[in-house]
This record gives sequence, C-alpha cells and structure tokens, in this order.
Amino acid sequence: MTQTKGAVAFRNVRKAFGSFTAIPDLTLDIEPGKLVTLLGPSGCGKTTTLRMLAGLESPTDGQILIGGDDVTRLPADRRDVSMVFQSYALFPHMRVGQNVAYGLEAGGMKSAEARRRAEEALELVGLSGLAGRLPAELSGGQQQRVAVARALVLEPQVLLLDEPLSNLDARLRRKVRTDIRDLQQRIGLTAVYVTHDQEEALAVSDTIVVMKEGKIAQIGTPRELYESPASDFIADFIGEANVVEGRVISVDGDAAQVELGGVTLSLPSRGQLPGPTQISLRSNALKVTTEGTGIKGTIASSAYLGDHVEYEIDGPLGRIFVVDDESDTPLPSGTAVALEVRPRGVALIPGGA
Amino acid sequence: MTSRDNRRLDLILAAGVFALIALPWYRIRSGFFSFEWLEDFISSEKLWPGLVQGLTGRWQLWPVLALLAVAVLLRFTQAPGKRGGALIAVGAAGLTWMLAEGLAIGLRGWNWGLLEAAFGDVAGQPAFGAGAIVLGTLFALMIAFGAAERGALKGDAFVLGAITLLVLLVATFVFYPLVSMFTGAFQEFDGSFTSEGVRRNIVDPKIWSLACFWGGNCGVAWRTFFLAICTATGTTLLGLVFALVATRTGFRFKKSLRLLTVLPIITPPFVVGLALTMLLGRSGSLTQVIEAATGWELGRWLYGLTGIWIAQMLSFTPISFLVLIGVVDGISPSMEEASQTLRSDRWRTFRKVSLPLMAPGLANAFLIGFIESMADFGNPLVLGGSGGVLSTEIFFAVVGAQNDPSRAAVLAMILLFFTLSAFLAQRLWLSGRNYATVTGKGDGGRHIRLPRRVGLPVITVAVAWAAFTITVYAMILFGGFVKIWGLDHSLTLDHYSKAFGVGWENGILWTGVAWDSFWTTMEIALIAAPLTAAVGLLTAWLIVRQRFPGRGVFEFALMMSFAIPGTVIGISYIMAFNLPPLQMTGTAAILIACFVFRNMPVGVRGGVAAMAQLDGSLDEASLTLGASSGRTMRKVILPLMRPAILAALVYSFVRAITSISAVIFLVSAKYNMATAYIVGLVENGEYGIAIAYSSVLILVMITVIGGFQLLVGERRIRRGEEKVANSGFSSKEARA
Repeated sequence: MTQTKGAVAFRNVRKAFGSFTAIPDLTLDIEPGKLVTLLGPSGCGKTTTLRMLAGLESPTDGQILIGGDDVTRLPADRRDVSMVFQSYALFPHMRVGQNVAYGLEAGGMKSAEARRRAEEALELVGLSGLAGRLPAELSGGQQQRVAVARALVLEPQVLLLDEPLSNLDARLRRKVRTDIRDLQQRIGLTAVYVTHDQEEALAVSDTIVVMKEGKIAQIGTPRELYESPASDFIADFIGEANVVEGRVISVDGDAAQVELGGVTLSLPSRGQLPGPTQISLRSNALKVTTEGTGIKGTIASSAYLGDHVEYEIDGPLGRIFVVDDESDTPLPSGTAVALEVRPRGVALIPGGA
Repeated sequence: MTSRDNRRLDLILAAGVFALIALPWYRIRSGFFSFEWLEDFISSEKLWPGLVQGLTGRWQLWPVLALLAVAVLLRFTQAPGKRGGALIAVGAAGLTWMLAEGLAIGLRGWNWGLLEAAFGDVAGQPAFGAGAIVLGTLFALMIAFGAAERGALKGDAFVLGAITLLVLLVATFVFYPLVSMFTGAFQEFDGSFTSEGVRRNIVDPKIWSLACFWGGNCGVAWRTFFLAICTATGTTLLGLVFALVATRTGFRFKKSLRLLTVLPIITPPFVVGLALTMLLGRSGSLTQVIEAATGWELGRWLYGLTGIWIAQMLSFTPISFLVLIGVVDGISPSMEEASQTLRSDRWRTFRKVSLPLMAPGLANAFLIGFIESMADFGNPLVLGGSGGVLSTEIFFAVVGAQNDPSRAAVLAMILLFFTLSAFLAQRLWLSGRNYATVTGKGDGGRHIRLPRRVGLPVITVAVAWAAFTITVYAMILFGGFVKIWGLDHSLTLDHYSKAFGVGWENGILWTGVAWDSFWTTMEIALIAAPLTAAVGLLTAWLIVRQRFPGRGVFEFALMMSFAIPGTVIGISYIMAFNLPPLQMTGTAAILIACFVFRNMPVGVRGGVAAMAQLDGSLDEASLTLGASSGRTMRKVILPLMRPAILAALVYSFVRAITSISAVIFLVSAKYNMATAYIVGLVENGEYGIAIAYSSVLILVMITVIGGFQLLVGERRIRRGEEKVANSGFSSKEARA
C-alpha cells in the first residue's frame, strides 16, 4: 500500500441507493501527483465515485484510502480533499475573498492570515484585486477560477473537480482546461476530474478511467485508450470509432494478418487468435478515393463542414462514418468509391467478435 | 480525528453528572426558573437531585445512575470507533427506563393495579423536573453520538443529534398527547380501565342522529360535516372568483384585492363572528334597518349553522383565494394559446382547457376549506347558539357542567378522523396531479381574458363580497367606539379606557383590565416565535438536505400535525400534561409548547420552500472546505435564509396572538392570553370592550407585519436579482 501523500485508493467499494446498485465493486489506485479523469456517459457512477471520495456519500461496502489512511467513515469536513463543483457553489452572500478564506477559517486560522492566503490564492488563478467583489459580480470564467482558488488554498492532498467546465462556453472551456492542467502540474497536486466529454478528458489527463454502469471499462493514458480500445464501448465512446467485423487470418508474435472488407492489413495482434474479430476503425483512418484500390463502397450521404467533409458510406462493413480532411468538395450520393486504409486509427478489439 | 468524538461525549457526560448532583430531579411547584429552589436545595427533600433521591430509597433511579456510570466507563475504556453500539444501547435503555418508570409510578404510587399486585407498594413520585429532563435529553443525544461514531449518516453528529431531539420532541408534544387522549377515553377517574364512557358516547344519537332528514335535529358530527362541506364549497367558489378577477380580468382594483389575503392572518378567529352579530344579530344594525323597512321579525336566525357558515365564508375565502391565485396563475398560457389556435373561442377554451387544468387545485382548495371549517372554534363559539359543532362540543364537554372527559375524547377522535381523512386525501390522492407547474422555461404569452359571459358575473360577485368583507371589518373598528351597540350609538372612548387605561402614581400603573392578558400574550408570543422558527427551519433543513431512513415518515408525521384541530390539541394536552411524568398545565411552558408544535409546520413549509431555492452544492462545498455541519448551518445556510427566518418569526408571533382553539384549554389565572380573555368578555356580554381589545390586537399585528415587510423589502442578496425568498408568507392555514 502506498503511504505517500496524495495517493488515493478504492478497495472493493460498493454503493447502493436502496435497491439500485450504482457501483457494484470498484477497486482503483490513483498515484500521487497525477490528474486522473473519470469519464463515462451519464449514470455510469463517475460522480458517485467522486462524491464518495469527497465524503458526500458513504460507500455501502469497501474501503477508501487517502494518503494511505482509511477515510471510509470520515465525514466530508474532516477529509483532506477539496472540491470544485459543477455549479461552483460560491456562497452568494460572501465576498470573493471571504469565499476563498472560508475553508481556512473553518480550520481555525486567524482571519487576517486567512485573508492574506486567500489573496495569494486569487493571485495564483489570476484574479488578484477582485477579493472585494460579490460572486454575482464576476463573469462565469472568473467564478470558475474563484471556485478553484477556494479549493486550492486549503492545500489538499487531492483536488476533486466535478465537471468544472460544463457551465462555460466552448471557447472559454478550452482555455480554462489548459489553465487547470498547468496549475495542477505546477503544484504537483493529485487531482480527480469528472467529465462526460471525451475530448476534455483526452486533453487534460495523465490517466483516464472510463466507467460504464458502475464498473471500470478501461484504464489507460489518453493514447492507450484512443489507439488500443479494450472494447467496442471504449472504441465508440472515445472518438466515435466505427466498430466493424473482420477476421484474423494468422498471428505471428505481436503481429496479426487481418482481413477487413476485402483487403488484408497487418496490425498489432493484442492477444487475438485467428478467427472473426471486431475492429475499431477511426473516422479518419480511411482515405476516400474514386479510382484507387481498397475497400469498395458507395456514398450514402455527405456533409460539407468547411475544412473537412463527412461521409456515410455503405459497403461490405455495413454503413460506416468517414471524415475526409484532404478534400473540400463533397462527392455526391451514389458515387462508387474505394477506401484506402491508413495504418493509424485501426485497431483490433480484444475479446470482440 | 477522534478528539471531536471524545469532546462532545465528554460534554454530555459532564452535563449528565452535573444534572444528577446539582439539579432537582423532580418538578418544583414554584417553577424552576424562579430559582427560589436554590435556598432550600439542601433542606427540602422534594428538591433533591437525582443522585440523592436514588441513594435515599428511590430505587427507580438506580438504573439511570448505573447507565450513566456505564457511559462514563465506556468513554474512558473504549476508543470512539468501538463503543458506538454500546453507547446507542445505553442511551436507548436510559430513555426506555425513564419512560417506563415515569409512566408507571404516579403521584400516589403505582399507576396500574396490576403492577401494585406484582411488586407491592411503592412511594409516589412527582413529575419530572429539570434534572430528569436534562438526563432524558442526554440519553437521546447518547444514541445520536453513538450512531455518529459508528459512521451513520457519514458520521455527522450534528445532524444525528438534531434528528434525535426533533423526534423526541415531536413524540412528546404531538403523539404522546394524542395517545393520552385516546387512553384517557378508556379510563375512569381513578385510572382503571373502562370502556363504558366510550360505549355510551360513541353511539350517542346526539352525535350520530340523521333525524334532520325527517324534521328532527341531526347529530353534531353530521352537522359539523355538513357545515364543512358547505363552507368548503362556498370558499372554493368565491376564492376562484377572486383569483379569476385578480389574474384574468382588466378589473381596475385587482391589486388591492390581494390585501384581502392578509386579513385571516391578523384577525383573531372569533372577531368575524362578533362583527356579524353586530351587523345581523337580533339588535344588529342591518337587522334594524330591514325590520324598520319591512316590519318583519327577523329574530335569532343568525345563531346556528347559517351564521357560522357566513362567518366561515368571510374568514376562509381569503385563504382559498391565496391558494387558487397560484393555481390559476400557474397554468401555462401556451396551453390556452394552443387551444385558441385550434379554433376554440375564449368560452370554449375556458371550459375545455382552463377549468379542467385547475381542477386539482380546486380540489385542494376544497379540502383546505373543509379542514379549516372543521377545526374552526372561534366562530361557532360566538355564533353557535344552542346547536354547536364538534369543536365547541368538545370544549363544553370539558369546561361545562358536564365534565365528561371521555365524551370530549370521543368527540375529539371523531373530529380528528374527519380532518385526517381530508388531509390524507389531499396528500395521497392530489399529490402529483397538479398541472399548474412552473417549468423554469420562460413561457411566452399572457393569460387570456375571461370570456365576457364569465367575466361580468365574476367581477360583480367579487365586488359585492369584498364590500361585505370591508363592512364587517369596519364594524370591528367602529364598534369599539360606540356606547352600547344597537341601543345607544353615541360615540365614546369608554371601552378603550376601561381596557387599556393607564394611570400614574409613582410610575406607570396599568389600570386597564386588558393589560394583564395583553402583556402575557406578548411575552409568550415573543418566547414562542424564535423557538418555532428555529425548530421549523431546522426540520426543513433536515428534510430537504439530509437523507436518513424514515425521512418520508418523519416529514409526513410533521405535516399531519397540521391537520390536528386546535381543539383536539388543547384537550389532548390537558389529558397528557396534567399528571406526572410531565406536568405542565397552568404554566407558561405548556402554552409555549403548544404554539411551537402547532405552528412549526408553517415554519417547515416556508423553510422547505426557501431551502429548495438554495443549491445543495453550497452545503457540500462548505463541508468539503472543512466546515462542520453546524458551522455550515451558521455561516452559509442561515445567512442565505434570512428572509425565510424573519417570515417564520413574524408568522409564529402573529399566530400565537390570534390563536384561540387550543389556547382556551390551556390558559390559567396566572397566564391568561388575550384571545381567551376576549372570549370571556363576549360570554359576559361585554361586546364593547371585546371589540376594542380585538381592534388593538389587529393594529398591533398590522404594525408588526408592516415593520417586517419594510425590514425584508430593503435587503437584496444578489446584484440585479430579486430577493431570494420574498416576504409574503402564506396564509394558507392562518387559523387556530
């Protein structure tokens, strides 16, 4: 067991709400200093997991450890974590400075000292000088940063973020997520981040934990998840891949010869044996040509999106979704095409078939 | 980590030891807070604390001493994680034992012959006093802290403690009295079991006869039921009329119509009846005008169900109005607009869309009117004449020459059955059928005007009724300045000087007859108001924010206590708190307890509404920032709920002043309340002073409410946004 500050561990945690079991059996280790994202569709148990870590829900069974200590029965106010809420949950009747100093004062710090530290924390998130404002007098992005400052100022072992960007508009979201990532790496803080947005998860995480129906579907770095999905669910959820049927012809060590829609490819075998298999096919893994060789198909529909063209193509793989970012002139429906397979963006799905 | 667990346990254990050696265990006649007992604490056996009582032969206290000792032992031998279960057991055992011995041993020994036969004689004991009450509370807290140490509810001792204490209080002051009343019906004066009284009363034709259908007199249960149906129907229709005028017509004075809704809050319940007597009674002014013009002899037609019905219509129409404004306003205009675009004219739209959508709301208003009418005590008391209703019959069964507690209990149970049925119908059948929902999406569009064939009659009825209401209230203000109503209409200040005279002789002398009860009322209302607000809002917070087993039952039981008519509460309090183990009759405490638990549901409802507007993540943010539940409550919740708190304070203050039905059973010579005093004046025929006193009360309450509106109106919480919870408190159940 790690005794390091900032490490988090779930040991066989089960959580039931009445007769409904949200989390059947969760075991998960989080290394100190990493930003770990809990990713999954709504209702997958990611927020419940985060709230159990915060102490806002009690697990029905199992153990939760923070920094090596068992905190399973410890109430939220005595855990060394702090949380950024989806709604920010800034206290509307307190000034920004009071909001940030709130946790320090609750811990018994003298109010002058707490004010000073709050000012430092605000400086850290780039809001110095706004301590005297009311939360309602700040923009959405500023409120978000106050929420972060309020959580960080306590120097918790673990920072929890519950969909912290969902109330921001798309443009701001990109900037704030970079800011959060920078800050986390600068301080070297363990952070657990909940989101349902796979792009956000890919952008900020050291490790992504994809959850489905209360279970962990796959853990890995963003690259592992994208390039080697463990199941058709992951392939579809991370980056909307086409999951198609293929066949492993032969395996030689780590390499496999795979038949896919009439063409033969060489792919990492990922433990697959010869026979039918499922293959994840990214939308940009196929090059659409009218005269080349490759998988035959017919364009069912096309859409022009400025810098790229999206196609739905019928063929031996069924209907698949393809993005062509080399051409900006859509081919009309009914055109016969050949799809050249690029080496990146294609992967065998282990256990599929 | 565990130091907090130990610290709070230390605190209650120290308090327990202190209570056992330094506070009188039993009740003191002169009252605990006069502190006269300090003088004789050593010498008088009656004042000895629990420890000494136990050592000098009261063996029933030994288990209490032993259990506290066990708790102390646990504290010093076991770590917090390990002793939780044991603490719960000790606390539960302590409470159970105190309950058992308190109920079993009365003033003169065993309460039940069976026990005497089994265990032989035992010395009698007085009711619980300060020491016993402190210890009982501590045992309850021990259960809560034990549960917290075991990690229940995320180990939150504050929440667990609050729940435990609330359950204990509600059990003591709501359910224990009801149970006492029920058992009281089956007891002889000496306490032995008998079903004779119940059997005699439950089949009494005076209660159940249906003779009025063939020319006789119906029983009081049916009369009350019939009256309640009529009142509910009438108030619902009139309320709907007013709501339609206020929201769907171009009527010019519709803003001022809303003032009507304040009336039931500030009017003591019998005042309307009183004013009606002056207007339509035998020598009423309107009666005289009609008699002079036509030569008819109108007589005493007002006294009886007709009069009560008119008075209740006047009293409760504003309540129904308030309920139905929400209903009529809440129907999405787009429904009506959709109907119009589907080729329906306004009349068809009103008939086919608007009215059906209002139906559940109308049913709700009907049931509220029904419960109000059933529970009404003030109007029937003044106007009932020879034929009363259930609530007044209960009263006369206790105070009159009859003195038949088992009859009172039976009548109370019948009344309770009616009101609880209506309440259950409202809760179970109507819940979830409300179409008038606010979706949060901005509905464009405006409500359509009423079709003309509805609009005109509706406005006419509303104006006529409003005029009648204003006349009645003018009567109240005017009547206080008239010498003898109906006989001598010369103006005078006599009534006021007699009631509120002030003299000067080495300082102010309160010479008026009303001052005594006036100051008592103010004092008790001022003590009860903050307690009511605190208990109500704490409960609201628990209900909205905490998930604990039995929460639904807890909320339901609390809300149900609102459907218990005041008369029933009054009679049940007398039956429960007249003898040990809890003896409170004749004290101010019983009045305060009555107000707190009667008005608490209003505080709960207001608190729930205000709390629902506060995002739950605010509490959670505070917790994750390291603040305890208590601190969260103090620093985050309470400041944000200030308007709701003020509303609860004012509301409970005002209700404590206007209430009569329960109060009239509980007042004593020492603690007489204004309303009970006024009813006494009416019974003696001193209408002038009664009316003058009522006017002063109304004036006081208008001042209080007005001042409160000013106070709340000025503060804002967010920039560019309206107040979080506005000041208007619901007068939905503004009656005693």
